[in-house]
Amino acid sequence: MCGTCGCGSEENGITILSPKELTSHHHNEEGHMHNHEHSHNHHHHEHSHDHDHHDVHHNHEHNHSNTHHHHHHKTVIDLEQDILQHNEVMAARNKGYFEAKGIFAINLVSSPGSGKTSILERTLIDLKNEKSFYVIEGDQQTLNDANRIDALDIPVIQINTGKGCHLESDMVYEAVKKLNIRDNSILMIENVGNLVCPSMFNLGENKRVVIISTTEGEDKPIKYPDMFHTSDICIINKIDLLPYLNINIEKLKTYALQVNPNLKFFEVSATTGEGMNDWYKWLKEN
Amino acid sequence: MHELSIALGIVNIAEKEIKKAHKNKVELIELEIGALAGIEFNSLDFIWPSAVKNTVLEGAEKKINIIEGEAICGDCQHIFKLKNIFDSCPECNSYLKGITKGKELRVKYLEVS
Repeated sequence: MCGTCGCGSEENGITILSPKELTSHHHNEEGHMHNHEHSHNHHHHEHSHDHDHHDVHHNHEHNHSNTHHHHHHKTVIDLEQDILQHNEVMAARNKGYFEAKGIFAINLVSSPGSGKTSILERTLIDLKNEKSFYVIEGDQQTLNDANRIDALDIPVIQINTGKGCHLESDMVYEAVKKLNIRDNSILMIENVGNLVCPSMFNLGENKRVVIISTTEGEDKPIKYPDMFHTSDICIINKIDLLPYLNINIEKLKTYALQVNPNLKFFEVSATTGEGMNDWYKWLKEN
Repeated sequence: MHELSIALGIVNIAEKEIKKAHKNKVELIELEIGALAGIEFNSLDFIWPSAVKNTVLEGAEKKINIIEGEAICGDCQHIFKLKNIFDSCPECNSYLKGITKGKELRVKYLEVS
């Protein structure tokens, strides 16, 4: 879907790139323009057609006849269709692929700056000799995060969502196809930094991990309940800063458990490595 | 602003249905959206005109039925109205619950011509 200009065609404004290939961006932009023009013309055509028809029948009461006309010819389509159905279908497709190949897929979500990429980097450095990892990075712009992962020699694909505020399952589907993941690997999907929108979009992941840092305020779970409600794991990052902060971690947990009583916590510092072993243990057990 | 994605999802559904029915435009679209579905109704209204521009939904009347939240307590099975996702059961104060209503996000029906 196009978050850039509001047109309905899919994948516009979104680029899916590996740091190793940097060429296809402009190509996409051109395809984008074409699509736009096309739908324009199409609709105009339909409009004028309708009007001609009218004028022949009721020349005088144009406004009136308009409503009459619609009453006579209107058709009701009963749908009851889920608006997110397309996303759910593609998510199911991803899930089936992950299951068949024994891939454990994690959707990492948080607000910007809570340390998703740092936790990811540290995890990859510490575990890459034991487990095979693949990474999908979601950001609105830049390959910066993918470059950080690429520097560790981990296969990575960057999805740039343009103005889009979250990853959707069809983007992940395309990225997964490019990654060509080995069986029994761990796939880390780092979502766009945003505590609201990604909560609604299932990517087909096995587990959703929400990261919150000690600098963010203990009432975040009830301010942004949807994300905590849909997550399985909550990582509390930057615990090395606790001595300098006025935050009560127990209160934060209480709030989070009110939203989601099944939430499991890890308290870590990606900078010092404190608490990371418990997280690794969980990761390896799953 | 995931409301834009949602609106574009609605446009896609409408475009598909119009094609299937061999019609030209949507006169009325009725949506069912749960109060806990994570939709900011002001945001949806705000982006709606730009999302439907030059589509079969341009000029269509939009009706939204808001469905209030409801949950069943995981401990005492009491059914209660849920205003916030983090509300506890008014009978036993448990936070363990299943949300039964309020997460809907559906296109209920279209009137097309």
